[in-house]
Amino acid sequence: MPMPSCDVLVIGGGLNGLACATRLAQTGRKVTLVEAEPETGGATRALPDLAKGVKAPALAHLLWHLDPRVEKAMTLDRHGLAWAARDIATTVLSPLGPLTVTGAQTSGPDAMAWNRLYSRLTRMAERLEPFRRMAPPRLGGGNDWLALARHALGLRLLGAREFRDLLRLVLINAHDVATDELTDPRLRALLCFDATLGAWASPRNPNTLILWLDRLAGQVAGRKQSLSLPKGGLPALAAAMTAAARAAGVTIRTGARVARIDIAADRADGVTLQTGEMLSARIVVSAIGPKPTLLNLVGARHLDAGLVTRLRHQKARGATAKLHLALSAAPDFGTDLRARLLIAPDEQAVDLAFNPVKYGETPAAPVMELLLSSAFEPGHAPEGQHVLSANVQFAPHAPKDAFSAKTSLLAAAMAQLERAAPGIGALVTASDFLMPQDIEARFGMAGGSWHHGDLSVEQMLFLRPLPELSRYATPVAGLWLTGAGTHPGGLSGAAGWNAAEAIERAGA
Amino acid sequence: MTATSLHRQPLAETPFHPRTSALNRLHNWGAWAGYRTAGCYGDTVMEHTAIRNAASLYDITPMIKYRITGPDAAAYLDRLTVRNVSNLAEKAVHYTAWTDDAGQMMDDGTLFRLGPQDFRLCCQERHLPWLRDSAWGFDVVIADETESVAALALQGPTSAAVLRACGFDIDGLKPFRMAEFAFAETNLLISRTGFTGDLGYELWIPPAQALALWDHLMMQGAPFGLMPVGSDAVMLARTEAGFLTANLDFIPAQQALREDRSRSPLELGLGWMVDWNKGPFTGRRALLAERETGGRWALVGLDIPGNVSAEGAILYHRKTAEAGFITAACWSPTLKRNLALAQVQARHADCRDLWVEIYALRELQYVKLMLPVRATPRPFFAPERRRATPPPAF
Repeated sequence: MPMPSCDVLVIGGGLNGLACATRLAQTGRKVTLVEAEPETGGATRALPDLAKGVKAPALAHLLWHLDPRVEKAMTLDRHGLAWAARDIATTVLSPLGPLTVTGAQTSGPDAMAWNRLYSRLTRMAERLEPFRRMAPPRLGGGNDWLALARHALGLRLLGAREFRDLLRLVLINAHDVATDELTDPRLRALLCFDATLGAWASPRNPNTLILWLDRLAGQVAGRKQSLSLPKGGLPALAAAMTAAARAAGVTIRTGARVARIDIAADRADGVTLQTGEMLSARIVVSAIGPKPTLLNLVGARHLDAGLVTRLRHQKARGATAKLHLALSAAPDFGTDLRARLLIAPDEQAVDLAFNPVKYGETPAAPVMELLLSSAFEPGHAPEGQHVLSANVQFAPHAPKDAFSAKTSLLAAAMAQLERAAPGIGALVTASDFLMPQDIEARFGMAGGSWHHGDLSVEQMLFLRPLPELSRYATPVAGLWLTGAGTHPGGLSGAAGWNAAEAIERAGA
Repeated sequence: MTATSLHRQPLAETPFHPRTSALNRLHNWGAWAGYRTAGCYGDTVMEHTAIRNAASLYDITPMIKYRITGPDAAAYLDRLTVRNVSNLAEKAVHYTAWTDDAGQMMDDGTLFRLGPQDFRLCCQERHLPWLRDSAWGFDVVIADETESVAALALQGPTSAAVLRACGFDIDGLKPFRMAEFAFAETNLLISRTGFTGDLGYELWIPPAQALALWDHLMMQGAPFGLMPVGSDAVMLARTEAGFLTANLDFIPAQQALREDRSRSPLELGLGWMVDWNKGPFTGRRALLAERETGGRWALVGLDIPGNVSAEGAILYHRKTAEAGFITAACWSPTLKRNLALAQVQARHADCRDLWVEIYALRELQYVKLMLPVRATPRPFFAPERRRATPPPAF
């Protein structure tokens, strides 16, 4: 056995992998990060070659969360992170006319009701937020009891009435809350859409409101609930984090796809790349998702059969398709393009768009989230032109017929766009459409799920990704997990930071 | 018949049923894995006597039999079970066990290596879901062949003589080995294995030739005292030998309802078969941890004074504190000893100052006995003839 070439080898250069690598390097470890693609960034990397001069984010196009610990310790501002827009408004497109919402502020008949609901849920979300910044509690013990007690007390300090309200709401479905508290179909649609964005769930499914609470728990660059767009789009955030990682001493190797994690005497001691090159390390941290890490790179024979079965059965169902369009001119949505645009006329539309997905089919009227990054700042598309990226919901992760599903959902999405912005179809100069299975193929995300596995109540906290893997450690000594598949999910860097903390605490 | 009504159907008959039912004077039948199986043909004492003094024939068709084939079959079984399968020679058999992730016993059984990539796993409980789940990532095919293989256990000191008389040359067949013989235009597989701790064989044949085999054995075996035996006599013999039975001496982990009921192989005295160096297998990490910290239970063999069987009795330390319980017991007609298998708390593994509380039924009246027990090595009964090759004439 040669001397390990590094202390820590991180697989996957997404935001969590970069955050984890940086923290471990900052605490004196020699860290190498390997990324399979030519670019780091994972879901935030740039989409290559949509059209000449058109820069689109590959998958993620807006930022809800950026872990404040990561932001501070990586001094991302010093590595080029700046903001094209903060507190981005959402405009719900509707036959009733567009309705613009910025945080708690909106107009129309429900303005007050929305403000009260939003503020109430935000107060709850803020009390839940600290749980994101720690390894999940464990029923078996070994907890950071002090932090847990502090966070639990924080919840209780909401007061009896609001704490009771939280208990009532925490597992409720988004649709009930929307119809109980709001009358404006556009606001109901917004709530239902945001509670199911990126999830395999209808707003009528139980446990959907918590997904919205999770979004409301977010903060970016010191501002809470601030939907943000970095200057240069999300690829610029990836670039800043990559620069910060390098500055901290992380060696980054791109175009280095790992073929397997090498295990000797039940201990991970490095990886073998697809080229055959072996990289040895005392510790291997994988950010590419629990399923591909353990099932593909480690392999069943190194794991107990029960764990393999539970991991195979862990739900990973992406239900969001991604549409990129290069446009020769600005489309006319009848509203300011410097907003996140939602095509979702009411709460029923969101529910109806999910129904066919349950049966492996596609909706005739998908609901969509649109972002024209070129409307916020120059540089995303040639002067006068635009680039649109859309999350199209819902898409079946395992369609009966993959080709016809893709064709029909794309046609349905274009028809929705045409209704919202007549003439947009004629402006399209290039397009790219990814179904969940394309997302899986391109980004390695199991099932095309943004979170490397459904982020749903039964797979949250100490159940994420599985109880026995919830503390970032794996049964294979020296092998750790991070990334969106681990608590708390998402690309905020929190999972990466938490995993690095767990590795430090283990003295590894 | 649908899967949901299957349990309401009469028990299935084995291919030997036309013969066993004709011989079963008592119509004493029990259920074994969905089959009707003889508990006793006429007299358990006589049947047990045949096992130990002549030869016995026991229908083991209901035993669950899985066929595991494919390029990864050995690797798969190395991952599934605690023993080293790669080292198991072709045409050899070993006793083995397997556990869940937590290192808790799911079952024990015998593994037959029929060919380089061809195995048969015989066991008490059904495990197809677990075997299939465990196969993920391995190039193997797993089939339940319980119904397609008829099997008989031929056990006892004259069993080798019976086979010789039948024309099967088993003189060179060592314990835990198998050989094939032509019989009735098919292949008869004979393995030197069994569940009685005595000289004995198990015979494996397609169901179509089952009756021909039975008749041949009974005909040729008559001069050697061959007698069909039921489960009662076999269970007595296995207790004398000190062998474990799933659901009697341990609760398979996948069936245990109570969290503390499952046991590890180490707690059941099967640590000797765990190969720590063969590489990963399901439960290894948990068992390693248990080896470090020590288990909660120990399986012990006990000698008990007197002649009242201690079945189901509780064990006490200093006659007061509960320390364990008896899982199998008998007054052994062969050894003239009162024997028992018991699980005791690990700290009482030496059995010092342990007492057994027996309720002895004496003419309608229970008498409570508190008797001192003594640890005794297993197997309780292990005659030389069991291992001798060629086997002695008797």
